[in-house]
Amino acid sequence: MILRELSANSIKEKIIKREITAQEVVEDLFKWIGLKESLIKAYISLDKEGALLKAKEIDEKLNNGGRVGLLAGIPVAIKDNICTWGMKTTCASKILENFTPPYDAFVVKRIKEEDAIIIGKTNLDEFAMGSSNENSAFHVTRNPWNTDCIPGGSGGGSAAAVTADMAFMALGSDTGGSVRQPSSFCGNVGCKPTYGRVSRYGLVAFASSLDQIGSITKDVSDAALLLQVVSGHDCHDSTSANVEVPDYIAGINSVNNNLRIGVPKEFFGEGLNPEIESAVKNALGIYKKNGAELIDLSLPHCGYALATYYIIATAEASSNLARYDGVRYGHRSQLSEDNIIDMYSRVRAEGFGSEVKRRVLLGNYVLSAGFYDAYYIKASKVRNLIKSDFEDAFSKVDCIISPTCPSPAFKIGEKITDPLEMYLSDIYTIPANLVGIPGISIPCGFTTTGLPIGMQLMGKHFEEEKILRIAKLFENETDFHLKKPGLK
Amino acid sequence: MKYEVVIGLETHAELDTESKLFCGCSTKFGSEPNTQTCPVCLGLPGVLPVMNKKAFEYSLKAAVALYCEINQFTNFDRKSYYYPDLPKNYQTSQNYFNIGNNGYVDMVVAGKEKRISIHNVHLEEEAGKLIHPESSDANYSLVDFNRAGVPLLEIVTQPDMRSIEEVESYMQTLRNILLYIGVSDCKMQEGSLRFEASISLREQGSAIYGNRVEIKNLNSMKAVSKVLTYEISRQSELLDKGEDVLMETRLWDDVNSSSRRMRSKEESHDYRYFPEPDLVPFWIKQEWIDETMATIPELAVSKRQRFVKEYSLSDYDAGILTDDKLLADYFEECVGLSQDSPKELSNWIINDVLRELKERKLNVQHFVISPKMLTELVKIKPTIGSSIAKEVFVEMINTGKSAHAIVKEKDLVQIDDTSELNEIVIKVIGDNPKAAEDYGQGKKNALAFLIGQTMKITKGKANPKILTELFKQRLSSISQ
Ligand SMILES: [Zn+2]
Repeated sequence: MILRELSANSIKEKIIKREITAQEVVEDLFKWIGLKESLIKAYISLDKEGALLKAKEIDEKLNNGGRVGLLAGIPVAIKDNICTWGMKTTCASKILENFTPPYDAFVVKRIKEEDAIIIGKTNLDEFAMGSSNENSAFHVTRNPWNTDCIPGGSGGGSAAAVTADMAFMALGSDTGGSVRQPSSFCGNVGCKPTYGRVSRYGLVAFASSLDQIGSITKDVSDAALLLQVVSGHDCHDSTSANVEVPDYIAGINSVNNNLRIGVPKEFFGEGLNPEIESAVKNALGIYKKNGAELIDLSLPHCGYALATYYIIATAEASSNLARYDGVRYGHRSQLSEDNIIDMYSRVRAEGFGSEVKRRVLLGNYVLSAGFYDAYYIKASKVRNLIKSDFEDAFSKVDCIISPTCPSPAFKIGEKITDPLEMYLSDIYTIPANLVGIPGISIPCGFTTTGLPIGMQLMGKHFEEEKILRIAKLFENETDFHLKKPGLK
Repeated sequence: MKYEVVIGLETHAELDTESKLFCGCSTKFGSEPNTQTCPVCLGLPGVLPVMNKKAFEYSLKAAVALYCEINQFTNFDRKSYYYPDLPKNYQTSQNYFNIGNNGYVDMVVAGKEKRISIHNVHLEEEAGKLIHPESSDANYSLVDFNRAGVPLLEIVTQPDMRSIEEVESYMQTLRNILLYIGVSDCKMQEGSLRFEASISLREQGSAIYGNRVEIKNLNSMKAVSKVLTYEISRQSELLDKGEDVLMETRLWDDVNSSSRRMRSKEESHDYRYFPEPDLVPFWIKQEWIDETMATIPELAVSKRQRFVKEYSLSDYDAGILTDDKLLADYFEECVGLSQDSPKELSNWIINDVLRELKERKLNVQHFVISPKMLTELVKIKPTIGSSIAKEVFVEMINTGKSAHAIVKEKDLVQIDDTSELNEIVIKVIGDNPKAAEDYGQGKKNALAFLIGQTMKITKGKANPKILTELFKQRLSSISQ
């Protein structure tokens, strides 16, 4: 048995049963990180000292017979766009390279309260803008399955850390697929809950109406555990939903009767890698064998999802990123400044990478007088059409299954010069963000070159429990989630 | 004048809430810079706004008091521009669905009624404040974010005003309404009430508006009057010379009493408004509007008319009493305690109470003489006489004691007893035979002398009316 390869639930059980101490788990993990991090580069910063301190606290609590939280002793990695009090939160951007938040994000507060051990902050595309991790201002994270490949984005650091057993679970953020796509590329379970299910307070905003914090874990049970802790209403987020959170942990093992699974033809068309298509079709066959009814359906407006997304997301991003001006915090140019406009220009020219600049420019353009109606308003209308497509679909099915991505992880540098090609990588994940519904990516196979393939399950608003349960059914029938990359 | 003046006004009023619009920070004025800030109002990464319910209610109240149509669906929008006092480089404001539209303010200018249309009323957040170092070669500025995020109500009129007098009357009336409904303290010296004016001139009788000039940075009503006087003469001079007035935004310089160009129309900002995704839309149900309507007190304009009718006060006096809602309430409380003397109570308040309040820079709420105390004084005034009543009034302020107590303590009750007074009169005449003689010879001021002597003896307590009668009787009987 190799400790670090255990699931979060299993390691927690061992800690609680005092078969092993939380400190031993942390020590073991950091030893492994010391060996492999230079290759994988999943992290932007690590906090061994803080992790050991927390581990000691948990061990002492257990020794004294005290009560421990739901995440007792589990080492967790956090995407570096989620604010951590006293720990740098850089968004993988030069502009926030030295920014230390004076407060904890809602989710960070929650996992701390449940005795999780935060081990470090993971790499991402700058401000979560990207699908490969190549837009990080600091370094490119590598895919543990093939280190010539990208781990996906923007949450590639979190996904790679979990896959390489350098964290037991991780928090990410998903604006257009940033949890699900890297989970698919790295062979993890990545869940993006319903918009409003998990408070965004403390998540550095990219596109406010699309951003949602999610989980990257080794299996479905771990996803249920982490979501159980971070879900729920938060009065500091006006868009946070005051909807009761069911017991996910118990819920995933309930029986799925009369399951109706929707198969949308738009997600199986042109551009889909045939190996992925056959893996997902194979998975659908497993569901059918288990009594599910497969229903062909159409989501006709999904063809416009990508275009709609890039208007709304860039519009919101251009405004959300306006605050990085060097006035109150963040990067300040060393060059002399003649006036305030000069200062703004230098700070932003030096502080932002090219993809961020591209999106800020796009966003400002679509919001400009004379273009607002043609772009932003039209995109908002199309977004509503896509929503009704899904509403119609969910009147007939319990869950919609599709590939998570049209292709497996690609080579570092392969798509970086072609932003449009890169954007296509999120074509299947974006609709769930536009509609606000939950989506989960689970491993469903491997390519002949040994790269993981992910399958996406989407459910109705606030029906995370149902899609987790359906995902669990598949996991029980297969062992894709147990496969490990050969990092030894 | 050859030209007709067309003026519209934007008023910014800070709402009088305890905490800021989107966070729990205090809105107290005058604290050490940056001591009333938090991650939210500093625009740190990751923070989100939460609407201050009170600020929203106040805005709704103002919109209702200004007879606006209330948008049952109201939403906030981001207004983007870069300025170092704006933490997020966008201001959360309203553009597409303001809380209120198409309202009006009724006012009286030079005895004539006039209605000013309100284009919209909306809620937004304040910016911080830049502090520029005094030294001219300083290469930095400082920012104080204490004010950033204070709720700000913006009230925009149609270009309905045709003279400076109308603008002044509008500002007074609007200020009065905001004070009456209790949503803003309207303290101009603290920047709680600020204005922006737009002004254009056109030939009398012309149906087409002239080129409009907007003037920002008007921090008092006085500044508005000054800038408009300045602009009217600047623009008429240009038009007289046959030149065009440029469409532009000008900035008022209060120190030099002049305006200068800030930007031309071509350079005007594109604010790139779009719906604020961090706040959810608000649905204002009719019941909420009705409930709000019920909380709007009788406003000054109607209160003034009622005071004239109900208490037979002059329009002028009613105007003074109703200018301040608290004063009007004070008056009505007095009247409630003593229905038979509204006119006299009004005189006391306008002459004596207001004078003392002004001297002491006090609000009537904090005045030591309560309505009950004032009414009591007015009630016992006939027993002590007007001049002693004034002294008692001062004594009441100094000691906080009631009129009764003071009168009793100082034995100030008027001597009304005729036989008692008669004895004194006989004594005074006996002591001053010369004066009595003079009176008999027709020297009328001899009587005043004798009365004065009597007052000396009685310490002013003799009832002057009875006293005069007694002297007249006695002296005429002597001379006969
Ligand atoms: Zn604050």
